[in-house]
Amino acid sequence: MSKIVGIDLGTTNSLVAYMDGKEPKVIADREGRTLVPSVISVDEQGWIVGARAQRRLMTHPQSTVYSVKRLMGKGLADAQEERKYFPVSLTEKQPGIIQVELGPYRLTPPELSALILKEVKHRAEEFLETTVTQAVITVPAYFNDSQRQATKDAGRIAGLDVLRIVNEPTAACLAYGLQKKKQGVIAVYDLGGGTFDISILKVKEGIFEVLATNGNTHLGGDDLDQRLMELVLQEIRVEFGQDLQRDVEAVQQIRLGMEKAKRQLSTEEVTEVVIPLKQGVVYRRSLKRGELESRVRDLIDLTIGPCRQALEDAHLSLKDVDEVVLVGGATRMPLVHRLVQEFFQKAPHSELNPDEVVALGAAVQADILAGGIQNMLLLDVTPLSLGIETMGGVMSVLIPRNSTIPTNAKELFTTFVDGQRSVDVHVYQGERELVQDNRSLARFQLKDLDPLPAGLPRIEVHFTIDANGILHVSAKDLRSGRDQTIEVKPSYGLSDDEVARMIEESFKFAKSDMEARLLIEARNEAATILRHTERALKQGEPLIALDERDRIRDRITALKKATEGDDHRLIRERIEQLDKITVHLAECLMDSTLQSGLKDKKLSELP
Amino acid sequence: MSDEKDLLARSLCWNCHSELGGEYFCDHCIKIQPAPSQLDYFQRFSLPRHLTINLQDLERRFHELSRKFHPDLFQRGSDQEKAISLENSALLNTAYRTLRDPILRVEYLIRLEEGAVKDIPAKAPADLLEEILELQESLEEYKQVGKTAPEKSADLRKTLLVEQKRIGSRKMVLEKDLFSLFEEWDRLQDQHLFKPDGQQAHRRSLLQRMKDLLSARAYLKTVLQDLDEGLHDHHP
Repeated sequence: MSKIVGIDLGTTNSLVAYMDGKEPKVIADREGRTLVPSVISVDEQGWIVGARAQRRLMTHPQSTVYSVKRLMGKGLADAQEERKYFPVSLTEKQPGIIQVELGPYRLTPPELSALILKEVKHRAEEFLETTVTQAVITVPAYFNDSQRQATKDAGRIAGLDVLRIVNEPTAACLAYGLQKKKQGVIAVYDLGGGTFDISILKVKEGIFEVLATNGNTHLGGDDLDQRLMELVLQEIRVEFGQDLQRDVEAVQQIRLGMEKAKRQLSTEEVTEVVIPLKQGVVYRRSLKRGELESRVRDLIDLTIGPCRQALEDAHLSLKDVDEVVLVGGATRMPLVHRLVQEFFQKAPHSELNPDEVVALGAAVQADILAGGIQNMLLLDVTPLSLGIETMGGVMSVLIPRNSTIPTNAKELFTTFVDGQRSVDVHVYQGERELVQDNRSLARFQLKDLDPLPAGLPRIEVHFTIDANGILHVSAKDLRSGRDQTIEVKPSYGLSDDEVARMIEESFKFAKSDMEARLLIEARNEAATILRHTERALKQGEPLIALDERDRIRDRITALKKATEGDDHRLIRERIEQLDKITVHLAECLMDSTLQSGLKDKKLSELP
Repeated sequence: MSDEKDLLARSLCWNCHSELGGEYFCDHCIKIQPAPSQLDYFQRFSLPRHLTINLQDLERRFHELSRKFHPDLFQRGSDQEKAISLENSALLNTAYRTLRDPILRVEYLIRLEEGAVKDIPAKAPADLLEEILELQESLEEYKQVGKTAPEKSADLRKTLLVEQKRIGSRKMVLEKDLFSLFEEWDRLQDQHLFKPDGQQAHRRSLLQRMKDLLSARAYLKTVLQDLDEGLHDHHP
């Protein structure tokens, strides 16, 4: 039976979890590692994802990319802030769709994320020994419509049916609710690699009702690393007179070094930073926790405003909050603990591993959807107000932020000019009064209207936000009662056709990926068997007939030749032939070892 | 009311075409049914058209209905069932959002009672008109002065902060007045059930008083927002 898995598609790391009976569990690889670094690299053999790709950050920075999540659902114009994180070059495929240049390839963020999803899918399939085709994927609660849609697209490209997009803090709360039986008003403070979310939930008799959410999609551990990296670059400039800003390899070296130092300072008071630079120069300094804290304090302070706003939106005061839960790797910093405790006037919890809790929650939601857990129900909210542009560029809000989803609104439209055949509806998301300060989601064009005097047509447009937080629009002509043709032009992200093409391409890629993998495996196996056979032949030559020896040698040459080609089937075939033809040799060798073994032993020592 | 009942009784299940009793699920094949569109938000929660609502009771009803409709429960159902659950759930959530908030609740009730009318317009309370005009002038001046004349700016800021408090408390008084009419409406509503034709004039005047209070409140709310923004954006 196929399983629905829960995937935490993170900025820095991704994880996959499943429901093992009544308990969610994170799936580890053979080495016991649960985190898959969200890093993608490419070489002549193909794509490399995870820990191996991460190692290539320093050796092949130009063909390796990380923190792709920061680019999801964005155009080049609104990725300026993120550009400083990326050593690789970014271009725009068409307005609203970024492309990342990676070796000979140009891929969109959903395609890159799909590679990560495929990796975790594969990991789950290997572990569960079944195919995985359905998943629940988490996103930051403060993700807008385009970012959610991009995540869903990534799932589709990876061959996954994304049953639900769940907000990360909410998922974490589900895991706490199931495993720690938490009740009451819970504040989930989630500081991840690239995003910050605060969600206020009320948990009562199995209903997990989100009251309000807020956040910042440009704030996370990455920003702290960036801050430290800038510090080091500056110090190197002063100390060694070298400007390494443009040296991508050095920059990566420094970034990774500082990330490590930051992590160490969560448990140590002081750490030694040693970063080898070129020409034998070594940058060395000790870094105290206090200095780290004073250098990033202002960034952590940025999380407090959203906490205050979320409480206000939930119509609650600090004393109403029963529990504070910490999620995300960056919350391991003692500074974060302290500031959260100061603000909420309550000691925060982190009993469940802050790196894993979101994936665990996604697995819980997957089980709810599969009909496993029946008493738990999640009622989430939309993080941003949805509205349309009205006269003078003013935003008219149809669905306010923090509305429980699914939700809907309808609006009546008509024409301005006699005989007007179409009406444009421009939809935005955001909290500002003017649409120019909010984010354009899409333009909807009501087409093929009957030519009528101005103001006579009556078109009712329905806006529905589904349980994934994604907008759907439909329209009805009230005069005729017919469904109204509506053309959707999303402002950001891929069209359905493009996603379909990418799915197709990814199948092609998958096929060649698979072929490449089979070839490597066959070659490895051939190498092993060749080594063994040659050793055996050396030892056993006197035991077998000359023509048998020649036949074996012949097959060895044939196999060697096959490994030089790239037909894994031929290699397999010749491995088998060699296997068969050496059975007799193996037997002879066994007999002789047995006899020589007996020779040196006394009778009494025999079993 | 009785008309609606007749309508409901004639509806058929979309799946097995047996007659529906007006519930959200077919008695016969247990498939989810679209919530009848003529139900208002109060009826959706099986509540009388009252303005005083016990929020805990409303929440309990909301959770109960969510457990019936939520799309999570129909994930494995047909496309039709998914669509119905999405629609029912969306309507339920919108109804809950409206009834939970006393201002949205009374605005909705007025729309229901008076038919589909435009939004209630914002209107300055007559006695505050002059004061507000003056205030808006001060706010403009405060924004213009900026950092060029710190003393003047500080003075203006002081005045504006005092005004902000005054208007804020005035808004609260308006809300208190409005909420005090809720019980009066509920009493009238209960009597109305027995004598549908009586007290029409009383009902109308009560709705008008509520509308006037809402208009004044909406106006003050905008003034407060402007003040808030102005004071925030031009912080010394």
